[in-house]
Amino acid sequence: MTVETAVTGASGGPVLPAGQLERFLYEMAFIRRFEEKAGEMYTRGKIRGFLHLYTGQEACAVGAIHALEERDRVIAHYRDHGHAIAKGVDPKRVMAELYGRVDGTSGGRGGSMHIYDTSKGMMGGYAIVTAHLPVAVGLGLASAMKGENFITLCIFGDGSVGEGEFHEALNLAVLWKVPVIFFCENNLYGMGVSFAESLSTEIPKLAAAYNMPAVSIDGMDVLEVHLETKKAVEHCRAGKGPYFIEAMTYRYRGHSMSDPELYRLKDEIEEYRRRDAITSLRLYMEERGLIDQGRWRELEERVERDVEECIAFAEASPQPSIGTLFDHVTKESNGG
Amino acid sequence: MSIEITMPQMGADMTEGILVRWVKSEGDQVSRGEIIAEIETDKATVELEAFEEGVLLRLVASEGETVPVGNVIAVLGSPGEAVVSPPERKEQAAAPGRGTAQGPVAAAAGAPVAAPARAPVADAGSGRLRISPVARRIASEAGIDASSLRGSGPDGRVLRRDVEAAIAGTLQVSNEPPAREGATARPGGVEPLSKMRQAIARRMSQSKQTQPHYYLTLDIDMTAALAFREQFNQAAGEAERVTINDLVVKACTLALQRHPKFNAEYSEEGLVFHGSVNIAIGIALDEGLIAPALLDCGAKTLGTIAREAKDLVARAREGRLRTDEYGSGTFTITNLGAYGVETLIGIINPPQAAILGVGSVMPQAVVRDGAIVARQVMKVALSADHRVTDGAEGARFIREIQGLLENPASLAL
Amino acid sequence: MAEMRMRDALREALREELRRDPTVFLMGEDIGAYGGSYSVTKGLLEEFGPERVRDTPIAESGIIGAGIGAALGGLRPMVELMTINFSLLALDQIVNTAAKLHYMTNGQMHVPMVIRMASGGGSQLAATHSHSLEGLYAHFPGLKVVCPSNPADAKGLLKRAFRDDNTVVFIEHTANYGFKGEVPDDPDFLVEFGQANVLREGSDVTIVGYSGSVHQAMRAAAMLEEQDEISAEVVDLRTLRPLDMDTVVRSVKKTNRAVIVEDAWKFGGFGGELSAQIMERAFDWLDAPVARVCSKDVPMPYNRDLEFAALPSEEDIVEAVLAMF
Repeated sequence: MTVETAVTGASGGPVLPAGQLERFLYEMAFIRRFEEKAGEMYTRGKIRGFLHLYTGQEACAVGAIHALEERDRVIAHYRDHGHAIAKGVDPKRVMAELYGRVDGTSGGRGGSMHIYDTSKGMMGGYAIVTAHLPVAVGLGLASAMKGENFITLCIFGDGSVGEGEFHEALNLAVLWKVPVIFFCENNLYGMGVSFAESLSTEIPKLAAAYNMPAVSIDGMDVLEVHLETKKAVEHCRAGKGPYFIEAMTYRYRGHSMSDPELYRLKDEIEEYRRRDAITSLRLYMEERGLIDQGRWRELEERVERDVEECIAFAEASPQPSIGTLFDHVTKESNGG
Repeated sequence: MSIEITMPQMGADMTEGILVRWVKSEGDQVSRGEIIAEIETDKATVELEAFEEGVLLRLVASEGETVPVGNVIAVLGSPGEAVVSPPERKEQAAAPGRGTAQGPVAAAAGAPVAAPARAPVADAGSGRLRISPVARRIASEAGIDASSLRGSGPDGRVLRRDVEAAIAGTLQVSNEPPAREGATARPGGVEPLSKMRQAIARRMSQSKQTQPHYYLTLDIDMTAALAFREQFNQAAGEAERVTINDLVVKACTLALQRHPKFNAEYSEEGLVFHGSVNIAIGIALDEGLIAPALLDCGAKTLGTIAREAKDLVARAREGRLRTDEYGSGTFTITNLGAYGVETLIGIINPPQAAILGVGSVMPQAVVRDGAIVARQVMKVALSADHRVTDGAEGARFIREIQGLLENPASLAL
Repeated sequence: MAEMRMRDALREALREELRRDPTVFLMGEDIGAYGGSYSVTKGLLEEFGPERVRDTPIAESGIIGAGIGAALGGLRPMVELMTINFSLLALDQIVNTAAKLHYMTNGQMHVPMVIRMASGGGSQLAATHSHSLEGLYAHFPGLKVVCPSNPADAKGLLKRAFRDDNTVVFIEHTANYGFKGEVPDDPDFLVEFGQANVLREGSDVTIVGYSGSVHQAMRAAAMLEEQDEISAEVVDLRTLRPLDMDTVVRSVKKTNRAVIVEDAWKFGGFGGELSAQIMERAFDWLDAPVARVCSKDVPMPYNRDLEFAALPSEEDIVEAVLAMF
């Protein structure tokens, strides 16, 4: 049994430099506001299709992804805006993609569930639950076989663990000793079915059964997420094979914009909001004199401005030309 | 219970008809067989009979309207019955093809029973031509009216090979001298073709393109026949006065009963023998030509033939033929004797197997028993479908006609 | 040129590609120590080692997904799924991931992967092991679908598949593995995609087939010539995507008749697609409705006679042709 108890950095001196803490704080707040704004634009008809908001889970993306190097890859589920932004994808282009515009990350071909930017190592959001776990194994295989030693951070939800591919991927990853971090964001609900009703055991036990290190951590604590992921990165970089993290988190909004949320009580949401990752980090920094009210207000204003800039950018971006409809169906040497 | 009366199919190649005149009005009581309307086809104006008894609840088609075959033109019902809703103009299955209607009946003992004829060129009921796309395109490019073609494909579908054969045939025909221009033709002008002209063009082309003709001519000594006719007419009333043509009709009827292959038609499955002898008579009209049939001649005496032929000619000239009188001929006689023509070589009236062309009866010097004598001679020409019969059979058949006319006593039987 | 069976021609293609391109590697169920369930990969493990000839657990979805990831990571994997029947377990990865990434990423990603699988009935393997699903894969834009009928094409098309930047579903009819033919030795020998092959010239009817059905079409054409003096042209599509309709249409415009032959079910099958395209592009050249000779609409039975009855035969083809005249 390799289940470990996670340690938090909630007491004592700061575990990270002040500048990095402020960066985490800004980025989590930015993602929060970005998502709220996207939700607003959805209700105004600017964004269509499915929209799954990441509010509440920001500590996972920010804490984990900043444990990576630039050459490392992130491959994620469909609630993917936050991961893309944390991996360095231009949020203006993410918003433009939600708008379906030509300046979007996929020129309007992907939408909310499919944010890709290979130049930043963002290998995408995958909208078929668990489909990207085997793909992450393949990326790990390429990393190993080509000697490039990049790590793939594979982020998925608790809804994945019931899928056969989850087990296929974990098994292959250990058999082939690939540098892949399996990062499960356990937000307690697979759409509306509670996690407790979905799995007969605990998630880290499943991973441990395949003989890889597996931990369960507080996904609302960005520092814990960050520090634990750094351990995983070290493990993978050293060629020791895959690593498994379960981060306990919570989404504030429904599964998607159309979710009536009949399956949970408002009290439960309020309880998690009291443990909000952004507030927790701000208090942690205030306690250590790393931020004051004025600086926080400045950050909030910057977040507001930057998100408005994303909206303005998306609004101004043209619709894709119908003439491009057949572009990129296949890749041909003569263009394609 | 209301009954829909539809535009009748009055020939295999008919796709539509004009409702010329309603003989009956809405509300009129009609009995079965009563004439209710006049319909103009590309051949003639025909009378439409009521097939059921009842009250004309509603006249759907108006006078002068062109209506596709199968579409409802009127509704018949019981007195006081209301028309629930305007009947839809749906197409319905038309009468079965001629071959099936008459049935494959062997005309004489020992004659083979043939399979039913293939479906006619036009798809029964829909009025739609059964033709493959490539055949349609080639025919269109070559300026050929595809509906005149007889299909050799499955279910009578006109195929590429049929059109190509027709094109080859057209090229031959086009070497023939041009037809005499009509009186109304203006130099350099184009006179639109009448429906009848179009029908004649189509049918004659079809005949020449699909039926390989062979021709036999001979002289018939009509001296005895003329004497017989004079004797017969003295005894008969005005209505039953016999023409030379009536004698030819009777002779042909008897000859056809003895040589049933000339009362048959060709199909891919085999020869279709007709159960009755329906002799079509070519009648020249101002606007063209028509060949209505004297039905079931085998059952008729010379006098009956004479009487009915007169009536037929009269009604044809008035455009008042009955539906069953055209399109049902099994053999045709075309006679230009009245025009002083010596020899007439006819084109077979498809899908029949033969046609007899009859010239004028003229006094000629002939050798009898070594002496030159004057006799009344009539030249006849048999044009026959070589797919059905061969020259020797044709020779026996035309000699039979000759024998009957030269020994006319049997014609009175 | 050397005469060899199709399985040997496929192995030659794999060997040449593994030698040519260090990013090429193979993985799949029983391709290493076992030598491949149809002996295609026999001997390759010894020559190229377990990293490039990689045995995998039985996890179709997992290994196709891993192939996709490896391709995204810069390798050129070939994944063998043993048979097309098992590919249904990996259908999501093939359809939702491999076929979609290039488009959904607006050209940022592409998945250069070859998926090999055996297909076809006729071996008394019953309903779950006798599928012909070439048309299913041809349905999805973003995939290439290749179905060779003979050894030379098998080699040239497989080598070409490794040079493609997209996922190529490479489907081999089990009845063709033992089929012998001349195969070029030239390591640069390729057969281009989207080029149908007129295997036999004729003037009266075009018989279109692919994979196993091509051989039935050729036998039927010989029967038609001998017994009925009908000259049949046989077109081997070779690839279903891209599809060379130009060659089919050119042939149909010449013969005016088309019969489509395939092992798959008729209902909703690829033959219907071919028929529709012939209608769309050559309607005015047809002398008869396009005919399809396919499997009967039943799950494949085990019993030999029942299976024969379910599969299309050359007699069925001859009958379909004769009905057009």
